Amino acid sequence: MMFSRLFENVSPRALVLMAALLIVLFGAPFLANDYLLTVLILILYFAYIGQAWNIMMGFAGQLSLGHALYVGLGAYTAAALYVHFGIGPWIGLLVAVPIAALAGAFIGYLAFRFKVGGVYFAILTIAVAEFARVGFDHLAWTKGSSGLFLPVAQFTSNDLWLLRGQPVMFYYILLVATVLAFVFCRALLQSRIGYFWLAIREDEEAARSAGINTFRYKMIAVTISAAMTSFAGVIYAFYYNNLFPEQVFHISRSIEIILGPIVGGVGTLFGPIIGAFLLTGMSETLIAALHAVGLDIPGAKQVFYGICLLLVIMAMPDGIWPWLARRIGLSEREK
Amino acid sequence: MPFDVYLNVAVGGLLTGLVYGLMALGLSVIFGVVRVVNFAHGEVMTIAMYLAIVLFSALHLDPLIMLVPIAAVLFCFGYALQAGIINPFITRAEHMQFLLLVAIAIIIINVLLILFGPDAQSVQTSYSYDSFQIGKLIVDATKLYAAGAALAVALALYGFFQFTTIGTAIRACADNYTGALVVGLDVKHLYALTFGLGTACVGAAGVMLVLIVDVTPSLGPAYTLLAFVIVITGGLGSMPGALLGGVLIGLTEAMAGLIFTPSAKSMFAFAILVLVLLFRPQGIMGKKAA
Repeated sequence: MMFSRLFENVSPRALVLMAALLIVLFGAPFLANDYLLTVLILILYFAYIGQAWNIMMGFAGQLSLGHALYVGLGAYTAAALYVHFGIGPWIGLLVAVPIAALAGAFIGYLAFRFKVGGVYFAILTIAVAEFARVGFDHLAWTKGSSGLFLPVAQFTSNDLWLLRGQPVMFYYILLVATVLAFVFCRALLQSRIGYFWLAIREDEEAARSAGINTFRYKMIAVTISAAMTSFAGVIYAFYYNNLFPEQVFHISRSIEIILGPIVGGVGTLFGPIIGAFLLTGMSETLIAALHAVGLDIPGAKQVFYGICLLLVIMAMPDGIWPWLARRIGLSEREK
Repeated sequence: MPFDVYLNVAVGGLLTGLVYGLMALGLSVIFGVVRVVNFAHGEVMTIAMYLAIVLFSALHLDPLIMLVPIAAVLFCFGYALQAGIINPFITRAEHMQFLLLVAIAIIIINVLLILFGPDAQSVQTSYSYDSFQIGKLIVDATKLYAAGAALAVALALYGFFQFTTIGTAIRACADNYTGALVVGLDVKHLYALTFGLGTACVGAAGVMLVLIVDVTPSLGPAYTLLAFVIVITGGLGSMPGALLGGVLIGLTEAMAGLIFTPSAKSMFAFAILVLVLLFRPQGIMGKKAA
């Protein structure tokens, strides 16, 4: 079974650190104020999607720059089913996830059949996401560019079944999702599929020569990644309660998604999590710092953000996690 | 709708397409030689656009006259960018290069936002509303001048690559990186030169687009994407391909805007990209499969 070797080669030190991190994360809502909680929700959201994106790029070596497509498809499908038919998000998920997975499989099929790879593949993923953005702008069923709104009220209780409730509920859902995604990715990496992916990532020709059906395993990667990403989209829809094609499908959303895992460390399990914490934390700190010195002009925060990003990637080309792992003595365990 | 409306829109799209083609040419040159994905291409163009606007509004200098000086400034910018920041990344993975240029793009967009604010700006020259009439065909003067200048710049670039020693050396770098090092070419300098030429091209295109479109700081990403669509459609590394791709995309957008709705026009450009990737991944004028 694929989960049987989950704890193989995990040092006691790593287990203790992970347990401590989990306890802190589970306890955080009791200590955090409302503002900090929304920041933590954002961090977990990016950590989860980053993990999903990492399956494609980090494991199988396929650069997707259009993951906003899967977020948007998940969000719009679940929200539209809820608004039009009163179908709850967990049932909606059963429709939303297959739709996103199909979209991923479609892109993968087109690209991998015709040996479209590298930058060309990346541009294709952007193109499809942009196509969807303009398409949804003109789709009357989801209210086009004027936006799809979910009915909101002041929630005093948390309805987990319909996902109507306070931020803390979304925090725990995303925390559980992030933990499950982490465990799932670890299991994948240790399975046959995972080894095939790494072989494809390192040298596709060699992998094919060794008898690996590269088309099939790249398809599996893009489908799993798309399906996982769409779940975050469903949560996004019910957390923010409004959807605009211009925002959800925009290329800058796709870029946001991949910043975390790249800064954290592509192909590592902790990279997406560390990256999400660092970048979202950095962004929020910048807002506070600029506010404190009275530099509240639009754009100032992004300029500093861009400069920080530049410095991080110039200083640490492999991402933060490989460096951090050496520091805390876990480097042999996690690559 | 009468036929001459279609014809007029088609000619307008064709002329705008030539300017698009010049913009894409810059990207194609950088990508073809340096092998770096310039994801800040459209953002670099907005720098040139704002330079043209500032020079026009402050000193009343016509964008068409300032074409060469602004392109020269952009050349220096591109040279410095490649030599200073991008060069260490040329041997790194594609996604790292991508991230580097995204960071540069974020900085450019927001510095422009701080300097010029979010509102759209434009240049109103004395010939902004002029047009030429040939039979039933009416051509905007601005588009005609812009397209003519685009062709001139493209020809100059072609001549540079074909007939000068430096141009030949740059082509040698593109053909065989190791070979170029072996024969003692200063590859770092030549790469920076190429990047500078690419940004000068997109700068020139930007100056001409100022005559046609309104400028905002957030214009960059859309044009970056458009440049990629054109380069891949026309064929990577092919200079005529970039111009042809530009014309094709310009024409498609203009016709789609007329027949359907202007807001849906980029959908058709992306549809063309998908079709090209599927049936001719090397592009219309490209030589070999990627």
